[in-house]
Amino acid sequence: MARIIVVTSGKGGVGKTTTSASFAAGLAKAGHKTVVIDFDVGLRNLDLIMGCERRVVYDFVNVINGDANLNQALIKDKRIDTLYVLPASQTRDKDALTQEGVRQVLEELSKSFDYIVCDSPAGIERGALLAAYHADDAIIVTNPEVSSVRDSDRIIGILSSKTRRAERNEEPITVKLLLARYAPARVQKGEMLSVEDVCEILAIDLLGVVPESKSVLSASNAGIPVILDADSDAGQAYEDAVARFLGEDRPHRFLSEKKGLLGRLFGS
Amino acid sequence: MLSTSNSAVTSLPAFELKGRMLTLSVLRLLSTDQELLSAQLDARMASMPELFRHLPVILDLEGVQGQALDLPALVSSLRQRGLIPVGVRASDGVDSADAVAAGLGIMTISNGSSRRVEPVREKPVVAAAASMVVRQPVRSGQQIYARGSDLIVLAPVSAGAEILADGHIHVYGPLRGRALAGVQGDGSARIFCQSLEAELVSIAGVYRISEHIQETGHGRPVQIYLDDEALCIQPL
Repeated sequence: MARIIVVTSGKGGVGKTTTSASFAAGLAKAGHKTVVIDFDVGLRNLDLIMGCERRVVYDFVNVINGDANLNQALIKDKRIDTLYVLPASQTRDKDALTQEGVRQVLEELSKSFDYIVCDSPAGIERGALLAAYHADDAIIVTNPEVSSVRDSDRIIGILSSKTRRAERNEEPITVKLLLARYAPARVQKGEMLSVEDVCEILAIDLLGVVPESKSVLSASNAGIPVILDADSDAGQAYEDAVARFLGEDRPHRFLSEKKGLLGRLFGS
Repeated sequence: MLSTSNSAVTSLPAFELKGRMLTLSVLRLLSTDQELLSAQLDARMASMPELFRHLPVILDLEGVQGQALDLPALVSSLRQRGLIPVGVRASDGVDSADAVAAGLGIMTISNGSSRRVEPVREKPVVAAAASMVVRQPVRSGQQIYARGSDLIVLAPVSAGAEILADGHIHVYGPLRGRALAGVQGDGSARIFCQSLEAELVSIAGVYRISEHIQETGHGRPVQIYLDDEALCIQPL
């Protein structure tokens, strides 16, 4: 049985797809057979970030409608053997996803994969609810600003009541925080919420803090999950987060500004 | 008075149990001689048959204390005459098993004298509505209403969340959302919280928004109550 992870946030543009891609790649790199599914039907992005957009033939909706089988739609990653992508349809909308169709696809994937990462669309409507419904774990991607934190809070509340585990009264879904686009310098100036502030408001476990980094954008544009860029701070932060998810105890890095040579000399 | 329980989940009550003061005739025995008794009863009843027909009576045996009395025989002879003995007044000479066998209840009646029998009173079961206790954080967009009771939250209440109660509200995490106590109009309801950061607080419809809370206790433990229609925020 696979473990199903939903990457969600409520708010758009906070880094769900970047996180989904890197998390899936990280799990696969650690040797787990992993598939990442794009639930954002109509606004397909995951294939771009994963660098497989030119290999999409069939998509998630085709599989649900029975136009194609899973093996035809799954795209095998060229860099990591154990990583697969199930892309969304760009020509349809989120109503094309059905509860029963999603359940069947996840059930079938569960048989052969260790982890299923669901990249949720923004919002709290049908697409987001379907992405989260079957999840065992949720990764809440939040930016250190008030509107993102409030939307995350909202989605955490929804996860605790509208998922399969909640409806069946099973052990509740585990919810973990991934704080993305963190800029320690701006936190220090009081322009951004601090890690402590966000953790205090959301009251959930912190999985990782990913610093604001140019490498994220350049990796996205190149179609490479940023976790595979081992030299970048964001890549390393994702690496840490995946390791923590798998049970390793790693200290949080990138919580303070790297000091330049002058800064180090003068201790400012 | 025993009243029906306050439990929130009741269908329509099928009965009520009430205590009432009623006037009942008391048949006070002065002799245990069954034949004498029967003869005198017949004579009395012949004069006013309508008065005695189906008349509920209570037997008072105080006057014949210590004398042998066949209670079941007495009861059946009264019934033959159309009287309805319903009980026997509790006194030293009454054997409760006899009374029950004769179909009589045992009445404890205080007559104001020093021989007042202390009634065995059951402890009144006050069906206080159980408070609602919430242990999980109340998240933005969630609404929790403690209908007919107090609400106790042992976790944070987020901005954008709303908690309501007919009674008091206690919040042991930071209160950042809206809190409305006494929503059915109970002006004596109060809000207690460890850290007041609320967007809005209200008691029985009298509310204050965060803009006007700031100076009075923001981020502090406070209680909020109504004092003569005015909302008071008092540091604890």
